[in-house]
Amino acid sequence: MEKLQYLFAAYAAIWIILFAYIMRLQSRTKELGEELKRLGDDLGGTTPPSTDA
Amino acid sequence: MKNLSNASKVLSTLVFVSMLAALGFVFLYAPMEKEMGDTQRIFYFHVPAAISAFICFFLVFLGSVQYLRTRETRWDRLALCSAELGVMFGLIVLITGPLWAKPIWGVYWRWEPRLTSMLITFTIYVAYLMIRTHGTRSGQAPRLAAVLGIVAFANVPLVYYSVDLWAAEQQLHPPRNVGLAPEMRYTLWICYAAYALLLVQLLLRRLDLARIEEAVERLRQRRDELADY
Repeated sequence: MEKLQYLFAAYAAIWIILFAYIMRLQSRTKELGEELKRLGDDLGGTTPPSTDA
Repeated sequence: MKNLSNASKVLSTLVFVSMLAALGFVFLYAPMEKEMGDTQRIFYFHVPAAISAFICFFLVFLGSVQYLRTRETRWDRLALCSAELGVMFGLIVLITGPLWAKPIWGVYWRWEPRLTSMLITFTIYVAYLMIRTHGTRSGQAPRLAAVLGIVAFANVPLVYYSVDLWAAEQQLHPPRNVGLAPEMRYTLWICYAAYALLLVQLLLRRLDLARIEEAVERLRQRRDELADY
């Protein structure tokens, strides 16, 4: 029974890493979205260049 | 565009449901292993995380080869995003492994072949990401990283076959293809499926983010050019 702490710690670590990564993706997407809009305004409403290379 | 958004929502729902199902199978369906007890349940998320990391490292290899061959940005993007995800899954492996080892082997870490080779592989992909993070404006970073992405992949079969390549007395990991009870096998397959869906979902989101990063970088360059002019 005392070994359950390792099981708990392992699953806690998995979820913490996954959520931290997803949160990082979300906040970075939000930041870049705002910067994209600001840059678009600075350049006089220029359409963002295509990224499909 | 709306179809893409709907597909993304469907995929997110599938990931959520499959993860819940995986947890249900791990804690409610799979029987307790006789020697290791409940600690063995770490195995069901530890092994699929390792396989997911290997798939990501293969995608880095594929993207790197294709980028050097064609110089198309999309392959470089695939390599970069896969490397980041591979490091994230590798981190899960390197944290859950010692937490499983301590109650079973009595130590968190032992310099045995599989643990050591996995740590080396992880470190190389961290180096790959460092090249990308600190060399984005040099122009050479994608090429340098692509070479590293190809060379680094040589480590992946080494990690996988390390239990066969070194002598049995040097190993703490069990041999490959160890026999599992049917309930344990089904649970493992559910976990593989959940991780596969998670990998696809995260990779698609990371690729989207990379496209936005590239668009912002191009607009910054255009703004700087206009300012200089």
